[in-house]
Amino acid sequence: MKFTTYLEKITDVSIYPVISLLMFVSFFVIVTLWVVRTDKKTMEHMENLPLENEN
Amino acid sequence: MEVQKFYYDNRIPKQFAIACVFWGAIGMLVGVLVAFQLAFPVLNFGIEYTSFGRLRPVHTNAVIFAFVGNGIFTAVYYSMPRLLRTPMWSNLLSKIHFWGWQLIIVAAALSLAMGYTTGKEYAELEWPIDIAITLVWVIFGINMFGTIITRRERHLYVAIWFFIASWVTVAMLHIVNSFEIPVSFMKSYSWYAGVQDALVQWWYGHNAVAFFLTTPYLGIMYYFLPKAAGRPVYSYKLSIVHFWSLIFLYIWAGPHHLLYTALPDWAQSLGTAFSIMLLLPSWGGMLNGLFTLRGAWDKVREDPVLKFFVVAVTAYGMSTFEGPLLSLKNVNAISHYSDWTVAHVHIGALGWNGFLTFGMMYWLIPKLFDTKLYSKKLAGTHFWIGTLGIILYAIPMYWAAFRTYFMLSSFTPEGQLEYQFIDAVQTSIPFYVLRAIGGTIYLAGVLVMVYNLMKTAKQGTFLAKEAAEAPALEKVYVAPAKAHWHSYFERKPMILLVLSLVVVAIGGLVEMVPTFLIKSNVPTITNVKPYTPLELQGRDVYLAEGCYNCHSQMIRPFRYEVARYGEYSKAGEFVYDHPFQWGSKRTGPDLARIGGKYPDSWHFNHMLEPVSMAPGSIMPSYPWLFEKSIDLGSTKSKIHAMRNLGVPYPENYEAIADEDLMKQANAIADGLKKEKIEIKSDKQIIALIAYLQRVGKDIKADKASTSQN
Repeated sequence: MKFTTYLEKITDVSIYPVISLLMFVSFFVIVTLWVVRTDKKTMEHMENLPLENEN
Repeated sequence: MEVQKFYYDNRIPKQFAIACVFWGAIGMLVGVLVAFQLAFPVLNFGIEYTSFGRLRPVHTNAVIFAFVGNGIFTAVYYSMPRLLRTPMWSNLLSKIHFWGWQLIIVAAALSLAMGYTTGKEYAELEWPIDIAITLVWVIFGINMFGTIITRRERHLYVAIWFFIASWVTVAMLHIVNSFEIPVSFMKSYSWYAGVQDALVQWWYGHNAVAFFLTTPYLGIMYYFLPKAAGRPVYSYKLSIVHFWSLIFLYIWAGPHHLLYTALPDWAQSLGTAFSIMLLLPSWGGMLNGLFTLRGAWDKVREDPVLKFFVVAVTAYGMSTFEGPLLSLKNVNAISHYSDWTVAHVHIGALGWNGFLTFGMMYWLIPKLFDTKLYSKKLAGTHFWIGTLGIILYAIPMYWAAFRTYFMLSSFTPEGQLEYQFIDAVQTSIPFYVLRAIGGTIYLAGVLVMVYNLMKTAKQGTFLAKEAAEAPALEKVYVAPAKAHWHSYFERKPMILLVLSLVVVAIGGLVEMVPTFLIKSNVPTITNVKPYTPLELQGRDVYLAEGCYNCHSQMIRPFRYEVARYGEYSKAGEFVYDHPFQWGSKRTGPDLARIGGKYPDSWHFNHMLEPVSMAPGSIMPSYPWLFEKSIDLGSTKSKIHAMRNLGVPYPENYEAIADEDLMKQANAIADGLKKEKIEIKSDKQIIALIAYLQRVGKDIKADKASTSQN
């Protein structure tokens, strides 16, 4: 008994994997763009946050 | 701009640090005991509270929620105020959080040893404790977000992103997986059944690893590693990509715990695909950590803190390489149910969580007590002892896994199974001994650390408060002209919170919704019927004794499994199983088709003295089941709860359930009498026998009836 037989009964079940793929790819692209376009100063400021106020 | 003065509180981080080390040592001690029990069953002591099935959940829960949990809170309460330039929002909430969490730990340890369990791995705690966890978690969240909102630093450092995502995801996982219907105080049934329960449970189980053992510890790495190395993280840009891709991918990977089971194929493939993709962000994070030390490797030779961090991050790299590997179906066929899984999680627990915690402690305790570490040399000794312990733990487990796989899957030229299951058990015992010794060595290292840290605390003076100053945050923020749109998110913690929740919720929904939608289409097998009241009570004995810790109830469609255990398991067989009991490790054989395999008297003698029926067995004996009576008063509410969950017991069946129960119990006791075994019919062993004789049998009736037709 294959499960795909039962899965076929949900209308357009194949949309699930397609949606998830699209979401992931676009999310990843947005994050990468964001990171690449960030200016250096902000990055430097942020990466030094743990090192400030050293006792 | 006016500079404001304020104080960082060190009392709460100190308390959490002490609790972390204390519970860590206890949790590992229990781990060492259960490890030795597998080699020497006499160490079960013949009493219920110390039997393997009850203590193993104590070990796992203690290490995950007490050791690592308190480690997370130590880091959060120390680093957040410093990164945000403000004290924690509410000292009272901090205190409630601390004492509430410790009380939960005590309640958890006691209730698990007493046999109160939901029977779902890593989520064993019963409903009142689940509610307490939710309350304390919410208090933690309020305190955390209060602090973030009153901060004096506009940007949130990446460690805080990891803390936020961990908080929100753990909240979601805990709530969704803990849907259960209370039957009585300290007894409940999972809302879900069979396949769905398995899917929800491993969506939870996998992401508990992700969002309790990994992401908060990545926060620790991103804060304490740069601190100890005295330089910023290698690439902050990489850390952002690391964060988003990790939390996005992790949530989907849960079904890789259910490969080759009765879970639908598409869900298995989804789990595999996302697990393989996970390798990229994981290794991105690992490399980011290691590269932070570029040009500073000479420091690693000197500084025990950095030594621990380097091995921790390396162990993270190893186990996140191994994880995707294990999620490939052909590899999983070997590793699943074997000691490989145990080795894998301990590379993570001992190497990544353990060593990162130790490094943090060696750095933090001297800071809190305003002194230097008592002995660098001892810390170095701890480092080598600990590393040796991990190696001695892991290698025998890998070896045992492959050895047993080859034994259990081999056939004679005549087409018979070459080995009995007991042969595989026997051959594993020397490896169990080695593993237990490895664990003991690791624990010895922890005790060396305890001594070193206590000496450090003694030679210094505790800084209860540390003064700091920073300008207040301007109410209205004017972004610099050249700022990009992205910096908007970094400044908005609530949006970050909601976005993380959306990201992880999508993964959970897409994964689970189709399975729930097809509920009506799950291949119902007409012969699969609800358990009788006696079997239901017996199943609860099975749960309470933690049988699932060593026995699976899921036969995979392999020739060597079908030949050994019987027909492979179908999804439709588990529709009344609240909770499912597929298990994840076979220290003993699979029980999915145990029903009818042996006579009642075999089970009776086997539970009383396993070696009498199965020479060479390492199963503990269960003498108390022959003295304790079935809780007849609970049958009514159990049947009622089950019907509410959709199990088709006839209306008003509660009224006659106990009558039916006694009828079946008397029949079993009478049968035993014929074999010269005297036992009262109201003892728990009778219920357990009834349950075991039922497991996996319905489908056989189906066969019998079709062949007759």
